[in-house]
Amino acid sequence: MNWVNAVIQGILLGGQYALIACGLSLAFGVMRIVNLAHGDLAICGAYLGLVLSSALGVPVWVTLPLLLPAAFAAGMALQVLLLGRALRHGVLAPVLVTFGLSAMIENLLQVAATSDPRGLNGGALTLASFTVGSVTVSWLFLAAFLTACAVLSGLQLALSRTSWGRQVRAIADDLDTARLVGVNVAPVFATVAGIAVATAALAGVFIGTIGTFDPLAGTNTLIFAFEAVVIGGIGSLAGTLIGGIALGVTQVVVGEINQAYAVLAVHLLFLAVLVVRPGGLFAAHQAAHEPRRQGALG
Amino acid sequence: MTRDVTSSRDAEPSATVSRWSRTASVSTGAALLVVAFLAVLPYFVGGQAEQPLITLLTFIAMATLWNLLAGFSGLTSFGQQAYIGLGAYGLYLVASHGINPFAGVLLAAIGAAVVSLPVSALVLRLSGGYFAVATLVIAAVFQIAATLSPSVGGTTGVILPGLAGYGDVLREALTYWATLAVAVISVVGVYLLVRRTFGLDARAVSSDPVAAASSGVRVGRIRLLAYVIAAGGTGAVGALIALQTLYVEPTTVFSVQYSVYMLFMVLVGGLGTVEGPIIGALVLFALQETLSADGAWYLVIVGGLAVATTLVASRGIWGFASERFGWSLLPVGYRVRGHDR
Amino acid sequence: MTPDGPLLEIAGLDVFYGDFQALFGVSMSVARGCVTALVGANGAGKTTLLRTIAGAQAAERGVVRYGGTDITAAPPHRRISRGIALVPEGRKLFPSLTVEENIQVGAVAAASGAWPLERIYDAFPMIATRRKQRAATLSGGEQQAVAIARALAAAPSVLLLDEISLGLAPRVVEELYQVLHGLRAAGTTLVIVEQDLSRAMDASDQLVCLLEGRVALAAAVTEVTRDLVIAAYFGQGRS
Repeated sequence: MNWVNAVIQGILLGGQYALIACGLSLAFGVMRIVNLAHGDLAICGAYLGLVLSSALGVPVWVTLPLLLPAAFAAGMALQVLLLGRALRHGVLAPVLVTFGLSAMIENLLQVAATSDPRGLNGGALTLASFTVGSVTVSWLFLAAFLTACAVLSGLQLALSRTSWGRQVRAIADDLDTARLVGVNVAPVFATVAGIAVATAALAGVFIGTIGTFDPLAGTNTLIFAFEAVVIGGIGSLAGTLIGGIALGVTQVVVGEINQAYAVLAVHLLFLAVLVVRPGGLFAAHQAAHEPRRQGALG
Repeated sequence: MTRDVTSSRDAEPSATVSRWSRTASVSTGAALLVVAFLAVLPYFVGGQAEQPLITLLTFIAMATLWNLLAGFSGLTSFGQQAYIGLGAYGLYLVASHGINPFAGVLLAAIGAAVVSLPVSALVLRLSGGYFAVATLVIAAVFQIAATLSPSVGGTTGVILPGLAGYGDVLREALTYWATLAVAVISVVGVYLLVRRTFGLDARAVSSDPVAAASSGVRVGRIRLLAYVIAAGGTGAVGALIALQTLYVEPTTVFSVQYSVYMLFMVLVGGLGTVEGPIIGALVLFALQETLSADGAWYLVIVGGLAVATTLVASRGIWGFASERFGWSLLPVGYRVRGHDR
Repeated sequence: MTPDGPLLEIAGLDVFYGDFQALFGVSMSVARGCVTALVGANGAGKTTLLRTIAGAQAAERGVVRYGGTDITAAPPHRRISRGIALVPEGRKLFPSLTVEENIQVGAVAAASGAWPLERIYDAFPMIATRRKQRAATLSGGEQQAVAIARALAAAPSVLLLDEISLGLAPRVVEELYQVLHGLRAAGTTLVIVEQDLSRAMDASDQLVCLLEGRVALAAAVTEVTRDLVIAAYFGQGRS
C-alpha cells in the first residue's frame, strides 16, 4: 500500500478534473448556465482528436492547433445559436435544452462511432515515466496536470489583467449594470462559451489519451466536473483546482483499497461537502442558487 | 364553486368567478368513460392490445410526475431514474419475502418515498442547473450501490420472483390493471394537488422563491412535498417496469434514458399543465411505434425535438392550444366570466 | 445632427413592466449644456425614465432622440458611444472589482478619450487614494463618487444621475455637487433626479416633475415657485 504514490497520482489526476471543470465554473459564474452537455462536449473533443490524428497519422498533440480553435468556434456557435436563445425563455430553459443536447450528442456519437471504447494516440508520451524514490510518475499524467495548472493560471491572469477579464467579472457581479455602463454582453458570453468548450475539448483529449472513452462517457465526466466545482467553491478558479485534487486523491486512495468503491467514494465525498458546506470550500458566497446574485469570479 | 363578485361601481356589470366550465365537465365525463373502458378491456382483448397500452400508461404516469417536479415546482430533476431503480429493486426485495408482487407495487412506492426524504435533504439545498446535476449524482450513487450489492444480483441483476403461480393471461391482465391504477392515481392525484393552494404556491416558488417566501409561502415545504410525491410515484412506475420486464438489472433500470423521455413528454406536451404530459406521452408513444423504438437515432430525434420545442414552442402542444383556443379540460385556475376584457 | 436643436429629446414615451404601465406619453426636451432636474414622488417613474433614456429599459411606444438621431432601438453600449451615460440609482458598483477596475469598465464603450483615469482622479481626490481597493469596502459617499466617475469615464455629453444624494451626509452631498457644478461649467449636459427640492432648483436650469408616470410640470426654474412644484409633486389641484 504505497500511500505516497497514491496521493501523488491522485493530485495529478485532480489536475485533469480541474481542467474539465474550469469551463463549467467559468460559464456558470458569468452566464449562470450549467451546461449539462459539458461532459459530452469534452468527449466530442476526444473523438475529434481521434479523427484528426488518424487522418493525419500523427499523435493527437499535433492536432491541437486545429482542434482547439475548432472547439472554441463550436462553443461560440453553441452560445449564439442555442444557449443565448434558451436564456430568453426563462431560467429553466438552458437546463432543459442542454440536457436534450446531451442526449443528442451521446446518441449521435453512438451512431457515428459505435459504443466501442476508444483510445487516443499519445505518441511517445504515453509510455514514458520516471521514478523518484517510491513514486513512479508517468510523463503523460504530469503533462496533464501541468497543462491544467497553466490553463487555470492563464485564465486567472486574463480575468485579472485584461479589459475582457474586467468585463467578465463585472457581468458575473451584476449583469444588468454591466450592460448599462456599456459592456456589450453578447460577445463576452460567446467568448466565455468558446473557452468553456475549448478547455473541455482539451481535457477530453487528455482523458482519451490516458484512458479510454466511449459515447456515453460524457455524463460521468460532467458529474466529476460538477463535483470538483462544488467541492472547490462555486465561482473560484483556484477552488476548482483544489476541488479537482480532492476528487483525484479520493479516487486513487480508495482505489488502492478496493477499486470497485473508488468512484462511489468520490460521489460520497461530494454529498458530504454538500451537507456541510453547500457553497464549497472557497466560495465567496454560500448560496448555490440560480437567480442572479452578486458573485465573485476569481 | 361559483361566486358572485359584485363591484362597487354602479356602471360595471357583476362578474362571476368560477373554477369549472362546461368543457371541463364534458371532458371529465369523457375521461371517466375512457378509464372505465380501459378497466374492462382485458375481458375482451388479449396481451397484444394490452402491451402497447401498458407502455402508454407507464409513459403517462412518468410524465405527469416529472411535470409535478419541473413544470409546477421548478425542480428540474434528471435523476428520477434513481427512483425507478429503487422501485424496481424494492419490488424484487418485497416479492422475495413472499409478498404478492402486485400488492408489492404500493410497498415499493412507499419505500421510494421514504428513501427520498434523506436524499431531499441533500439535493433540495440546490436549485436550477446545480440541482439537476446533483440528481444525476444521486442516480449514479444508487446505480453503483446496486452493482456492488450481491444480495440484489450485482451487475448481473435479478429475476422477479413470486409470479410463477400466475398464468400468462392473468399475469398480463393484472400487470395491465396495476399500470392503469398507477397512471390514473398519478394524474388525478397531481391534478387535485395542483388545484389547491399547493398549485399556486408551487408555481410561485418556481418563478421566484424569494418573493414567494416573503409572501408567506413555505418554500421548503412545497419543494419537499413535490419531491417526495414524485419519488413515490416514480417508485411505483419502477415497480411496474419490473413487473413488465420480469428482470431487474442496474444499467437498464437506472438508465438516464428515462429522464430523456420525461423531458420530451413534458416539454412537447406542455410544461406546467395537467393535460400536457398526457399529450406528450401520446406523442412519444406514437414516435416509438413509428420509429420502431430503441436505437440511437430514436434518442437523437427525441432529444432534438425536446430542444426544438423549448426554443420554438416553449409552452408545448397543450400550452399553445390552451392559449390560442382557450381550452382547458382539467382547469386548475379560476375563470372570470361576464366581464368585458 | 442639429447643433441648434435640443441635444436630447423624448416624445410620447410609454413604458411597461409586464402589464403595469410606468410611463404615460412622457415628453421632454433637454438643450445642450442645460441642467434638468427631474423630481417626483417615489414610484413616479423617474428611474424608469432615466433607464429608458440610457437604453436599459425598452419603450413600448415613443421616441428617444439624441442630437437629432433616433436612438430608441439602440442598445445601451451604442448610446454610451454616442455620449449618454447613466449613474444608476443605488450606485450599483461591481463589488468584487476595485475602484480603478470599476472606472475602467465604464470606459469600454467610451465616446472619446476625454476623461482618462488621471483626469477622473483629479476631479475625485477622495477616491484617488483608494483606487486599488475593492469597491464593496468603500463608504457610501466614496461609492457614489466612484459611480459618477465610472459614468464619466465614458466621456459623456449627457450625464444622467439618479438620486446621488440618497443616504449620504450633507457634507458629502455638497462635495459631489461641487463636481457637478464643475461639469456644468465645462459644458456637460446633466439630467439629475433629486429628492431635495431646494438643491434641485438651485442646481438646475429647467425642472420636470413626474406624477404617476406622467409629466405634471415642465418649465424653466426661473418661471416656477417652490409652491408650484410642490403642488405638481403631490398632484394637488388636478381634477
